Amino acid sequence: MNAPTPQEVLDRIYLDYADAIDGGSLAGWPEFFTEEGVYRIISKENHDRNLPLSLMYCKGMGMLKDRAHASESLNVYAPRTWRHLISNMRVREEDGRVMASANFAVLETIAGKPTQLLVAGRYVDRVQCEDRIRLKHRLVIYDTGLVPGSIVFPI
Amino acid sequence: MEKTDRPLPAWPQEPGRVPYWVYTDGRVYERELARIFNGPTWSYVGLECEIPEPGNYKRTVLGEQSVLVVRGKDGQIRVLANRCAHRGVELCQSDSGKVQDFMCPYHQWVYDLEGRLRGVPFKRGVQGKGGMPETFRTDSVSLGRLAVHVRGGAIFASMAEDPPPFEAYLGTAILGFYDRVFDGRPLRLLGYLRQKIGGNWKLMLENIKDPYHASLLHVFFVTFGLFRVDNPSRVIMDDTKLHTALASRRGRQELNDGTSQMKSFNAKLSLSGPELLDVQKEFAGDETVVMHTIWPNLILQQQSNTLACRQIVPCGPDAFELHWTFFGYESDSDEMTERRLRQANLMGPGGLVSMDDGEIVARIQDGIRAAPQGDAGIVEMGGLGTEIETDHMVTEVAIRAFYEGYRKVMDL
Repeated sequence: MNAPTPQEVLDRIYLDYADAIDGGSLAGWPEFFTEEGVYRIISKENHDRNLPLSLMYCKGMGMLKDRAHASESLNVYAPRTWRHLISNMRVREEDGRVMASANFAVLETIAGKPTQLLVAGRYVDRVQCEDRIRLKHRLVIYDTGLVPGSIVFPI
Repeated sequence: MEKTDRPLPAWPQEPGRVPYWVYTDGRVYERELARIFNGPTWSYVGLECEIPEPGNYKRTVLGEQSVLVVRGKDGQIRVLANRCAHRGVELCQSDSGKVQDFMCPYHQWVYDLEGRLRGVPFKRGVQGKGGMPETFRTDSVSLGRLAVHVRGGAIFASMAEDPPPFEAYLGTAILGFYDRVFDGRPLRLLGYLRQKIGGNWKLMLENIKDPYHASLLHVFFVTFGLFRVDNPSRVIMDDTKLHTALASRRGRQELNDGTSQMKSFNAKLSLSGPELLDVQKEFAGDETVVMHTIWPNLILQQQSNTLACRQIVPCGPDAFELHWTFFGYESDSDEMTERRLRQANLMGPGGLVSMDDGEIVARIQDGIRAAPQGDAGIVEMGGLGTEIETDHMVTEVAIRAFYEGYRKVMDL
């Protein structure tokens, strides 16, 4: 199989990924990651200060599946719709590794309330392109100093 | 004083009732700021490990007031009003940093780390003109300075000139729980999470004083037995009934008299990534979780191996900010730090458990926002008493007791 084009990588890890979450089902979300894939949402403040705490932290397929299941079926929250807005997507190769990054914003609409800007930030990713395109490591660095309410889905 | 002369409604006669106006009335909130946050209480403002070296500071909020927690050149910690004495400019806009002194950008007044005014440009005028009057004395001006108490690595401040001794303020029983976590080992800062929740600040305290809900709302807790009514448990308070510790032991994932009554219990649920709950015993005694509410603004969380201070910052009657500071101990192994970071998934704005609480607190506020004046919540689980020691979790005793203490402070 030929190596995917940069456009194919970006389409998969940003556009398909965002559509999967915004589409209202998280069942397919873990499939964007490799078996040992790491997913972290971390504040820019913690990241800049080298503090290791994440807002969500999944290491490996087991934890990714648990998060998807909990978010979809176990947690209690007001019904809502999310829209990821993604821009400034870039992909590059570095020492044989495929790296990608993009800006994001998430618009959240809780039933009956005005739409709010929930978080904004940047994805910093390592991508595996063999076999199929999957995330080895996704760092979601959010700028937002004060989260309005809760973050009930993965970003 | 209150902004209007209209009297507050009377407290309900019926026992076991908390009137909804206590969460929605702006006059109650004004009185809370005056009597509680600006009164003779100790508010949590940070951890020593956040400001390890002289010149380190953190910006935080006490009540609604921006303050700086600063380590001075002498190593002492001071809490200063973050407000230039000249024209009231907020001195520091960063959440943390390291400085030699604090300079206001507006007219470049300079303060040392103890808050003393050290320099005023053009004090003697320029070319013989202008300048401050002879009567102006630099050394008589300083930033507002708050009372400070440090114990076991945590820092508290008080707006009162003569606050009560901290240890007496907590009382022996609560102090014992406090010292169990803040046992003198140096702490390691793991990071912050901050969120704004659209509910009254007291609802957050009540949420942690209420073990009854944890067995029903939190499917995650319930199924994996981390905190559940059928576990051996205690609810302990101090004599003022404003501080509480809920202490419990982790149970098994089994069907019994307790779990069979919980709609959210699912005996079949299992984790695909069981390492999330790979808990290691680290404190003396059998208890695996102690949730402390330290009046008025701190929730000290020890759930399994996840430790955090949740600082409550009130923002009017119908919202508050929750500032989470996660920590471990300097002596932790890498494995233990990793374990704490994994278990942090339970907590915070995206927490597998805490997410439910933030959402419910906002939902209460939505429910009571326009409630008729006579409406009140029912708080009768576990009886009508307010005893300071209870040996089970099927109770709202700590909420009843809290309002007994609160009404005294608030004269309601």
